[in-house]
Order: sequence, then C-alpha cells, then structure tokens
Amino acid sequence: MATKRQDIRRQKPAPWDKEVALLRIQERLGREGPLLPILHALQEEFGYIDEAAEPLIAQALNITRAEVHGVVTFYHDFRRAPAGRHVLKLCRAEACQAAGGDPLAARAEARLGMTMGTTAPDGSVSLEPVYCLGLCAVAPSAMLDGRLVARLDESRLDALLAEAQQ
Amino acid sequence: MTLRLYIPIDAGALAVGAEEVATAIRGAAARHNVAIDIVRNGSRGLYWLEPLVEVATPLGRIAYGPVTPGDAESLLIAILGDGAHPLRHGPTDEIAWLKRQTRLTFARCGIVDPRSLDDYRAHGGYQGLERALAVGAEATVEEVVQSGLRGRGGAGFPTGIKWRTVAQTKAPQKYIVCNADEGDSGTFADRMIMEGDPFVLIEGMTIAGIAVGATRGYVYIRSEYPHAVAAMEAAIATARRGGLLGGRVSSSSFAFDLEVRVGAGAYVCGEETSLLDSLEGKRGQVRAKPPLPAHKGLFGLPTVINNVLSFASVPIIMEKSGAFYRDFGTGRSRGTMPIQLAGNIKHGGLFETAFGVALGELVDDIGGGTASGRPVRAVQVGGPLGAYFPRALFDTPFDYEAFTARDGLIGHGGIVVFDDTVNMAKQARFALEFCAIESCGKCTPCRIGSARGVETVDRIMRNQDRAANIEVLEDLCNTMKFGSLCALGGFTPFPVMSALTHFPEDFGAQPPQPRLQAAE
Repeated sequence: MATKRQDIRRQKPAPWDKEVALLRIQERLGREGPLLPILHALQEEFGYIDEAAEPLIAQALNITRAEVHGVVTFYHDFRRAPAGRHVLKLCRAEACQAAGGDPLAARAEARLGMTMGTTAPDGSVSLEPVYCLGLCAVAPSAMLDGRLVARLDESRLDALLAEAQQ
Repeated sequence: MTLRLYIPIDAGALAVGAEEVATAIRGAAARHNVAIDIVRNGSRGLYWLEPLVEVATPLGRIAYGPVTPGDAESLLIAILGDGAHPLRHGPTDEIAWLKRQTRLTFARCGIVDPRSLDDYRAHGGYQGLERALAVGAEATVEEVVQSGLRGRGGAGFPTGIKWRTVAQTKAPQKYIVCNADEGDSGTFADRMIMEGDPFVLIEGMTIAGIAVGATRGYVYIRSEYPHAVAAMEAAIATARRGGLLGGRVSSSSFAFDLEVRVGAGAYVCGEETSLLDSLEGKRGQVRAKPPLPAHKGLFGLPTVINNVLSFASVPIIMEKSGAFYRDFGTGRSRGTMPIQLAGNIKHGGLFETAFGVALGELVDDIGGGTASGRPVRAVQVGGPLGAYFPRALFDTPFDYEAFTARDGLIGHGGIVVFDDTVNMAKQARFALEFCAIESCGKCTPCRIGSARGVETVDRIMRNQDRAANIEVLEDLCNTMKFGSLCALGGFTPFPVMSALTHFPEDFGAQPPQPRLQAAE
C-alpha cells in the first residue's frame, strides 16, 4: 500500500474490468469500514467509479446498492465518469482569493474555453476547483495531475494550461 | 569531506520548486566533483524563503533562500568558499522570525529527517512515551489534564478531560482517531507536522492509546494532502519495524497500531462525528451529540478523537511535564499555538508562540503586512468559519476566549490577510456559497439556510430592497447559528456577520466610508 503511493502523480487509468474490480474489493474486505478504501482503490485503478461497481460492492459488503450509491455521490473526489487526460485543480479558497486567485481562475476558464468543474469535449483536460491544498503561505496554488504548483501568476498559470492541453 | 545540505520535501516547498533545486544542486556538485549528502527535511516554516537550502557548518546550519535552480551553481561556489551569497541569511536559528518563536510542538519540524526514526530519537523523540510507560495510564491522563492542553482543531475542548472520559468508559475495544482533515483555508500546520515530523504524531497517538486503553488508531488525512499521506504511511511502517507500534510497544505489555485512512474531498468530514461516519464507510454526515464520541465513537465504541496538533503536543508534555507546558500562555489558553500566517502576506508561514500575542503584532510586525504592499484591510482568523476582523480589532490577544468575546474564533490558528482591494460582500457571499457546497445535508438550517443566504447577499449586492434583505440575512444567520447541528452551519454566520458589521460600506451602506489608498 505504501509503495503504491510512492509516485504521487496520477497514473494512467486502466479500462473498467469487472474481475479486477472484484479483486480490489476482495483485497480490502478484512479491513474495518472498508467502503472508502475500496472506492479509492477502484478510482485509482479505473480513474472513476463505474456504475457497474456499485452492485458488486453492495453484495460484498452486504449493504444496499442505494447505500453504496449514496456514499459515491456524497464525496467530491469520486468520479462518475472518466476525467480528462489531465486534471488541473485550482485552489478557490480564501487564502488563494486574497493572493489573487480569482482573476487567475477566470483566466484559466477563458484560455481553456471551459468553465470550472467541466471536462473539455476532446477529453484533454478537466478543470476543477479545490478548496485548499494547504499551500496558503505560498498562494495562489494549483495541482496538475498530482503535481503541486504555488506562487501562481499569469505566466506560471499559462505554462500549466499549455501542459494541460497537450 | 561530504557536504551536508538540507532541502525540504514539504509540499509547500515542493510547490515552489524544491525538487528542481535539489536536482540542480546535485548536478552542480557532480560538475565540481564535490561529494554532497542532501537531507530532505520538513519546512522550517519560513515560507517566503522557500525553497530554503541549509548547509551544515561548524557554526550550525546556514540558510539560503528563496533558491531557484538557476542559483545552484553560484550557491555551491559560495558554500565551498566563504559562504557569501546574496541569498544568504546566516545561521537559520538566528533568523529573527524563527528566534522569537517558542517551538514546542514544532521543535523538530524542519530540523530532522522525517523519514529517520534514529534522527527523531536523537532529537528527544520517544522520551514522552518512555515516561508515559513509566508512570502508567492514569498518571499520563492526569499529566495531560494538568497541561491545560485544549483541542487544537478549533473547538478548544480540554484534551485531558476527553481522555479521562474514554479511560473511564469500559469497552472491549477503544479507538484513537486523529483528525488530519485540515480543510480550513489558511491552515497548514497539520500538513507540516505530518510531512516534517511524522513520528511526533505517532508518539502522541501511542501515548493516548496507552493512557485510555485503546489498541487501535486511525489517522484520517484529507485526500488533498497526498504528500502527508505518503509521509505518514512510511513513518508508521518504520515505527512498526522499530518496535514502537504493534503487539508490544517499546517492549512493554501495551499493544497499539495505526492505520492511515484517506478522505474523499468532503470539508464537513473535519467535523469529528462526520469524520467517524466517514471512517465507518458511510456518507460523512454529522451525528447529533450526545452521545459523545468518548462514549460512543467509532463503530459505537469509546473513541479519543483529537486534531494532529493536539496529539503532537502530548510527547513534550509527557517529557517535560504538564506544568512546563502550562507555564506558557494566558488565561484559560495554556501552552503554545502554532499560528499560520497566510494569504496576501509578506512573511507567511508557521509561527508557534505562547497564547496572548496581539493579532496586530502577528499581522503587521511578524507577518510584515501584505505581499502586495497595499494596506491590510481585513484578516480572516480561524478558517472559512472564522470572522473577518478589521484593523480596529487588531488589539485582540490571540487566545480562545478573547476571540470569542469579539464574535470570532481562533479555530485551527490560521490567519488569512486581505489587502484593500477585497470586497467584503463578496467574501460574505463566498462563506455562504462554501457552506452550501459542503453542507452534509443533515440539518435544515445549514442545508437550506446557506443556499438562501447566497441569494439574499446577491439581492443586497444588486441593491434590491436592501434594508429588508439585510434584515433577512441577519435573521437567517441567527437561525443557522442556533439551529445547526455542527460548526459548519453554526459558524458560517461568523464570516458573514463580521463582514456586514465591520465593513457595511461594502454592502452599500450609506454614507459610504471614504477609504484611504496606500499612504506609503
């Protein structure tokens, strides 16, 4: 588990596979409160939580499908569909607002031609708000595919946008 | 001779290029055929100097910063020569900003190698646990009670009393849960500890386990902190290998083990009962209290749930005594508080000091005012649920009661500075919008009140029935404050009402106050 997280950057997800999903579920059944670890594992594997995973989890944990669905939809992290090839998160919380984050977010939206919380039609990038990366003394901050960037200004943001559009 | 350098692996340093700096310095050293050993430490907390490179010398560690990869060559030449360099700040420990702090919880952060148990021990680590094992469970609880330590997550409940309640509750299994869901904007102290001195958290939780009779613990870390997750998982594995977690903690008869759990992006899970539900694998919804988590916590069993900083303060309390810790501070706020200076601030970072320092001293003197150079107009203290204070309240001493008396809160110790370009009506609107996004939905005042609040502020900002809508907003805030189940709905009125009270001109109040431009 620890070794899996050594590379913090986002890995390219594998296509949905029921057998692999069942394996990931089985591996975590012995843990207390296994639902969140299972969902994290599935999202790490496939990049999102496929709807077909919900009944598999429900059966394995002996809970209703509605309960699983309720948990998947409660947490902002869990995706119902694959993200773009790149995920750019811009911090929208107060410390970054104070340091000029709002105009940068507007610039990102304008340059990418998309609004916060959406994925580009060509699947290149998902632009998402995040509420605090804990980089409040070097604000404003962003995260591109798991890589942190702070002291964001127009030129640093533009470099990130160029990278995200590749 | 091998040259020893320190370059932080702290996420805040990495985000401004620490990794690239380390690579560039390695390259420069190879070109000059110099043997170097780079220790990846935590951050010393002087974030405006990050990436901060330190060099071990016979005179102590010498600081250089902020270093860019382009500085690597000249920096190495300077280090090999007489040390003179435009980025040199002299001995790190002599930097005034660091020297005037009282570092108890953060004593080792930035100094030790966070991956080395030996380094932790060499700097006094695990002496608190040894003393806890020597004096026994009951005396350990009493020591923490005596210290006056209060919950550093924001609620400020006495930690020792919480422990005593769990210790006195009989159950086949008890839990220690660390709330590392540090979601408040303007705060990063938990992250710094987990990345820079993870063993102190493990030691604090282990002492808690022994004190209350719990054998199992969880560290619930938010998913926005992948580096902290990796650092804690590595440290737990190392502590286990070193015999400090597992069946016989430090060769004693006590068993205690830990596991990291990762959150999933829900701010409300920083509230202790919704965190427990999340750990159980449910939607992170708030529970009504009572029962208290100390009686019925995780899986319905007695649970100590404390913030990272609370647990991380316990080892030094056990090592040096509760009285030692209690001697710092003021009134009912005892000990030190790791204060986080953030936002539009010149000297942002981690400033640990005894309670009682004035807000204005923290912002103007220690923080150096704004990074933009414009006048400070407002500061938000205590995260998204904390009040906005104008300069007129800068004489408020930093302690729990003083902030409460002025309709604010210190929360987790974050201070976010805004300059005079801020629109406070917009900030009030954001507070309500954030509450609407993050509400768990369990209670009506929070779920519905936040959404109606956003609409009402919008009407005020559009100048639509202003007086009537301000009245509606005040009424709504009262409903949320007194009717919500937890602090999310209950405290969102703090930023809203403080903005309205202290900055009415931004809500179009007549006559508009003339605002001074930068005078310098």
